[in-house]
Amino acid sequence: MKTLGSLFFVTLALLPAQGDWLMFRGSNGNGSTHRSLPVTLKTQGDKSWSQDLPGRGIASPVVVGNTIFLSASSGPYQEDLHVLAYDSSDGKQLWQRTLKATGRTVCHKKTCVAASTLASDGKGLIAQFSSNDVFAFDLAGNLKWARGLTFDHPNIANGLGMSSSPVVVQGVAVIQVENDADSYSFGLDLQNGTTLWLKKRPKAANWTSPVIINTKGRSLVGLQSKEGMTAIEPKTGKTVWDYQDGASTIPSSTWTGKGILLLPSHGITALQVAPDLQSFEPIWVDNKLKPGTGSPSCLDGFLYVVNNANVLSCASVETGDIQWRLRLQGPISGSPLITADHLYIFSEDGLGQVVNIKAEKPEVIHTFDLNDTILCTPAVAKDAILVRSDSKLWKLSD
Amino acid sequence: MVCQVEADYEKNIIRAFTQLDAHGQGNLKAVQAISWADKLAPKSIPTLLQAMNQANPVGDNWIRGAIARIAASSDRATFPKASVKAIIQNHDNEGSTRRAAFEILRQHHPSDAEALIPSFLHDREPSLRREAIQVILEDAETATPPARSIALFQEGLQHARDVDQIKQASQSLKSRGQDIDLITLLGFQTRWKMVGPFDNTGREGFSAVYEPEKKLSTKASYPGKNGQVSWSSFSTNDPLGLLDINHHYGELKEVVAYAHTSFYSPKSQKVQFRLGSKNAWKIWVNHRLLFAREEYHRGGTRVDQFILDGSLQKGDNQILLKICQNEQTQPWTKNWEFCFRITDPTGKVIQEAAPQ
Repeated sequence: MKTLGSLFFVTLALLPAQGDWLMFRGSNGNGSTHRSLPVTLKTQGDKSWSQDLPGRGIASPVVVGNTIFLSASSGPYQEDLHVLAYDSSDGKQLWQRTLKATGRTVCHKKTCVAASTLASDGKGLIAQFSSNDVFAFDLAGNLKWARGLTFDHPNIANGLGMSSSPVVVQGVAVIQVENDADSYSFGLDLQNGTTLWLKKRPKAANWTSPVIINTKGRSLVGLQSKEGMTAIEPKTGKTVWDYQDGASTIPSSTWTGKGILLLPSHGITALQVAPDLQSFEPIWVDNKLKPGTGSPSCLDGFLYVVNNANVLSCASVETGDIQWRLRLQGPISGSPLITADHLYIFSEDGLGQVVNIKAEKPEVIHTFDLNDTILCTPAVAKDAILVRSDSKLWKLSD
Repeated sequence: MVCQVEADYEKNIIRAFTQLDAHGQGNLKAVQAISWADKLAPKSIPTLLQAMNQANPVGDNWIRGAIARIAASSDRATFPKASVKAIIQNHDNEGSTRRAAFEILRQHHPSDAEALIPSFLHDREPSLRREAIQVILEDAETATPPARSIALFQEGLQHARDVDQIKQASQSLKSRGQDIDLITLLGFQTRWKMVGPFDNTGREGFSAVYEPEKKLSTKASYPGKNGQVSWSSFSTNDPLGLLDINHHYGELKEVVAYAHTSFYSPKSQKVQFRLGSKNAWKIWVNHRLLFAREEYHRGGTRVDQFILDGSLQKGDNQILLKICQNEQTQPWTKNWEFCFRITDPTGKVIQEAAPQ
């Protein structure tokens, strides 16, 4: 009984709290929530606010409890790396920490050094930047540790900038810093930042993020690259299985939580992962579902993907059968956010678009213009949507 | 006065942070040490700042983190303004130390920090000097009469180290009818000897060791990709020192070229080699490989894209570059080019001296 009790406690402790949005595309990493969000979003009101930011960024916000966390970069060379905390209720800044880039900060003008979304285990934060600096903070803003992966390996860099977002699982921060030269993924000890494992990876520019592949009590991390998808043990980096038929280097994979991994490969390739996570089998491929810059999102058996022509497609996760398509106003860089009834997405020009995905004929039912460049994927804070530009953070609610 | 207990914490924190090394070495001790920062008072901030003189850039970040923990409990009254200011003004401190002190002063006492900026005009720390240049360039934009504006831009140009500020000042002066020689101002190496093309099929040429790497002689000829190749002169008049290798050999793909120049230095000195190239490249200084980067067409060629610490010996220095072009066919992958200059560690251009 003692053992069972302990396991139960551990399982509870690992579950994200209601309302948290812990990493890129949410606590489940698939861009969805069952919470109901307002359709008519306002930029001002009792539950809406905006805050000026001290630097640029395309990283999404994350949420723990009532606090919103975000990264930004500033300075003549974007060498100032900021991690920021805001009170979700009123947008008041709670703290700001600024450290310095120790790696290269050169980026394409469309992106910036704060491109990677923070990751949290609910107790702390991992911040990764395009300079390949990685920092751990507690939620009060106390630095726990710092690493400079380009300081360690001077050829870890991408002339266009890096953008992979970290994941935190089983006490490990999994960091992909893959590029044309010295290409690696790291497993860093969440407690002290030491290297638990270092994995040589395909030498190719790669902007995708690792994805957590989990069932009850088991977790792997999927590392995507131009060569395909490698599933590893988070604590050791040991390869469990390898899909080697190529994959995109921009949109990331999505774990449905129902045993299926949606991999941007030949459009979308759906991999059925065994319940013990030890093997996989491709179950369908559809090149008409090829994502553009954003990654696929999914909820309740359906996936949603936006292609380079700004066409939103909804398809069955089980079969890949396309249910409907809808042209959106683009160009679009971020990934869609899915709720039970609606899809939220922003164009690069700052146009928020809400789609009624459960209607017989889905259509855009509400738009609102932020009049700013929005490249990030929206996040969720209780009954509101969070987005950021290079200069502002918005909480949008009714 | 710092009491003995606090002094011990300071000492142990500093020891942990200054012993941090690459690959996370020292992290275990540093993790413990950073929690001790909570036991320190704001009066410890100057001591921690000065520890940056012994720390590497990663250690600097740990120190910034520790100072932030201490500063969270600091108010205007307890912040050690005078000591922090003294660190900024003491040029024996490392530039990064002084910069960190300036930033924390600006955070707590903005007007005191701003008042220091004009004194940075000749500063050896480029990021501090930049602050002073920025003020001058902003003043120059609105100064009257025009002669005053020109004088301010010239002053900014004379002292600037950062390329964007140099470009800003020179463009403003050009628009006011002034002639600016950017090539000389930025110290680009414009005259080279070049040999190629060698084979880079399958990107194998980057690792292949061709004859110029084995023995450097600009009088030699070698078997190249399309026949025998020999060294020829190659120069540019481009204002940003860009050397277009396609212009020399024609637009080729899957090729390697070597560029050589010699640089006379009247003394041995620490320098920075500043290379820009969107192609894969290697650099040897006095026959020793300094750095290599195998990346093609990820962004454009930029001045100071790669800043490499190194040194020049007294006398002639042999600089050899290997610039590789790959197989990609998109329009944005046709460039085969580089630009190169040498500065001192503060960013000041080192012009080649005449041999004695």
